[in-house]
Amino acid sequence: MLNALDKKLLEEVADLHGEPPGAFNIRKDGQGIERRSLEGIEINPKKDQPGIDVIVAEGKEGTVHIPVIMTETDLSDLVYNKIDIGAGANITLVAGCGIHNPGSGDAQHDGVHEIIVRKNARLIYTEKHFGEGEEGGKRVLNPKTVLVVEEGGYAELELVQIRGVDHTNRVTEVEVKAGGRLVMYERLLTDGNQTANSDIVVKLMEEESAARIVSRSVAQGSSKQSFFPRLLAYGPGRGHVECDSIIMDQATVRSVPEIWAENSEAELVHEAAIGKIAGEQLIKLMALGLTEEEAEEAIISGFLK
Amino acid sequence: MISLENISLELDVDEQKIPILHDLNLQFEAGKMYALTGPNGSGKSSVARVVMGIYKQTTGRVIYNGQDVGELGITERARKGIGYAFQHPPRFKGMPVKDMLEIAMKHSDQVNCQVLRDLGLCPEDYLERTLDNSLSGGEIKRIEIATLLAQNPKVRIFDEPEAGIDLWSFERLIDVIGNSHREDTTTVVISHQEKILNMVDEIVLIQDGTVSMRGNREEIWPQIKASAECACRSNCRLGEEAYAECPR
Repeated sequence: MLNALDKKLLEEVADLHGEPPGAFNIRKDGQGIERRSLEGIEINPKKDQPGIDVIVAEGKEGTVHIPVIMTETDLSDLVYNKIDIGAGANITLVAGCGIHNPGSGDAQHDGVHEIIVRKNARLIYTEKHFGEGEEGGKRVLNPKTVLVVEEGGYAELELVQIRGVDHTNRVTEVEVKAGGRLVMYERLLTDGNQTANSDIVVKLMEEESAARIVSRSVAQGSSKQSFFPRLLAYGPGRGHVECDSIIMDQATVRSVPEIWAENSEAELVHEAAIGKIAGEQLIKLMALGLTEEEAEEAIISGFLK
Repeated sequence: MISLENISLELDVDEQKIPILHDLNLQFEAGKMYALTGPNGSGKSSVARVVMGIYKQTTGRVIYNGQDVGELGITERARKGIGYAFQHPPRFKGMPVKDMLEIAMKHSDQVNCQVLRDLGLCPEDYLERTLDNSLSGGEIKRIEIATLLAQNPKVRIFDEPEAGIDLWSFERLIDVIGNSHREDTTTVVISHQEKILNMVDEIVLIQDGTVSMRGNREEIWPQIKASAECACRSNCRLGEEAYAECPR
């Protein structure tokens, strides 16, 4: 049974108000607590390790929610999920993790997602991370996503971390095969002494494969962020990497995009920018009646939208 | 009414004080439309920025409806009913046009789409567009003007609204500024465009950081033209004789 705190966390990370529509699996404090499979969307617990297998049949359309919530302190949860999107299927999958750490010990969730988007399938994948707590216990989230987009497939990843996570090591590895397309949006905000590292490797394996990676971040307080997006073309693929960060206060941001081509027909572009909020932006919004703080908030919120 | 009394303005540029405005006196009455015109760099936008509180005057007072607002910040002045459409509006990555209009309308849920339509911007096409480099300079400029119209302040200052706008949009722009002017509104348009100078009640010529002339079009237009001629003459790098031979 979900209590009020559970529901709040689920709302934060998965926009859920009550029971999710479609197939779902809710994991709380290291245990699967509620699950529903549907015809064509099987969710099965793994037998040999913690985690689930989500198997979507060919041509199936639907929504799957697999959020994780943690409400205990001194808890470390490691989970391996495998997601298989059958050929021609069209699926929206909402993952994400919300931590409410009530104590002074650490609460950590490490999630490994292996995803395969089979031929001509389409996946919209959202993963939001959120943390909160009163006693100073750290909230740590280390997601690893390993994705293969097969011939003609399409995957759109939206990876979001908005406030409250003390430390994150994010690893994303993607292989895009012939005619496959990847669009990836990463949005991250850190504050205080939080740290965030994001390693992204996207490999364009064959002809007509394409990827667009957009990473936007805001670093406040004394937080530290580092980004290493790498885009590799082994065939005649096309790709674009864009890393954009707003830096504030005493924060540190390191951004090292890399493009690598092993085919003369490949077209790869990268852009990276780090900068503060422009004074004219603040003035514009203040001239509409916002205070400086409200203006700053509106700019950040728009930037991370 | 808004009055600028004995305003001077110095700005810090490269650790040097650069004088911008000198002993400037100017009143804008409610219900009237004004044009501020003058050569580039004469201080027109600085006047607007002093009124909005973006620049703090070095000396002098800014009086709005009988109250000295010279010490108030930008936000307070905006909340009292002073609005400013920027000459070069900043761009905002990720922020949709809709959000900007909502902010202008004090977070009203009902975005005033008419202001976009009036400026030839179809709301269906533009509300979700982000205010970044994907929009052209002319589009950004029209959205800036739409934002001020949505804000609907009592004092409206348009800083070179025609800049970067195509001919067709310019005709609309003139209509929109004129039609949206009300009896309780003060409209100030910084412009060099004759059509805009023709539609206002009073023209104010700013030169060398102060008011050098003001009056209605009939009074002031011949003097402005003569003044522009003098400025060209004195600025001609080849001297008086060469200037006389210049095609004009």
